[in-house]
Amino acid sequence: MNNLIQIVSILAAAIAVSFGAIGPALGEGRAVAAAMDALARQPESAGTISRTLFVGLAMIETMAIYCLVIALLVLFANPFIK
Amino acid sequence: MHSPLASTPLFYLGPVPISAAVVTTWAIMALLSVGAACCTRRLSLTPSKAQTVLELLVGTIDQQITDTMQAAPLKYRALIGTLFLFILVCNWSSLLPGVEPPTAHVETDAALALIVFGTTIFYGVRSRGLLRYLATFAEPTWIMIPLNLVEQITRTFSLMVRLFGNVMSGVFVVSIVLSLAGLLVPIPLMALDLLTGTVQAYIFTVLAMVFIGAALDDSTSAVLKKT
Repeated sequence: MNNLIQIVSILAAAIAVSFGAIGPALGEGRAVAAAMDALARQPESAGTISRTLFVGLAMIETMAIYCLVIALLVLFANPFIK
Repeated sequence: MHSPLASTPLFYLGPVPISAAVVTTWAIMALLSVGAACCTRRLSLTPSKAQTVLELLVGTIDQQITDTMQAAPLKYRALIGTLFLFILVCNWSSLLPGVEPPTAHVETDAALALIVFGTTIFYGVRSRGLLRYLATFAEPTWIMIPLNLVEQITRTFSLMVRLFGNVMSGVFVVSIVLSLAGLLVPIPLMALDLLTGTVQAYIFTVLAMVFIGAALDDSTSAVLKKT
């Protein structure tokens, strides 16, 4: 029984990280594309745009990090494994 | 494999277990305070190199506070500046061999997020008064009260998990690559860690500023709405 829970947890961790990475990846792609567009239109405000882009990217990336934390919880701090 | 969520006690101070992260935190605190004390002892109008760097740093932090909070930076400089410098030095401390950054342990991040949570309430109450601060939870209508209460908790929690996840994942990936590929291979990842550490320190501070700024009186944040 314990063995089965471990197998399922590893599977769950892999699924959580892989599917959790899809959304942030799409979001980051859109954000970078929009920033490139803005940079091409207004090269003089490159500083503000890139600063906001970095902060925004880190915010979006946090969603993937949440999934990673959940995966690590499942792997290392699983309450169902004795 | 060593769990990134657990922390092993290094030694015991009476009944209190002291982990490696706490020792690193003390070392960083001592370094920052002694460094700041030494650098500000002899301030002059013709600044030395160290004083120029410090002035640049304080000026940048002041500018960020003015931009983000639309308030005079004097009252918030100590808290915001300390938060930024402490998290930055913590995140970069992984460069030293054998040192694990304290922010890669969830306890440190929880403490930092709780500090932000507490100061938000403190500045809100001091700026508006207790009743008017509590009344902000009923904005725009009273139906929003549960949501506003939940938001206070969740944003503190996400502040904690964001910093913890980013720093911990960096350390974790470096350790995995090191055990798989060997020496010198994880150097590009460590360089990426430096960038992530800087950005996360900046984001944590900016979010702290935004939270405190949102709790302040409307008369100070009225400028924000106009822009």
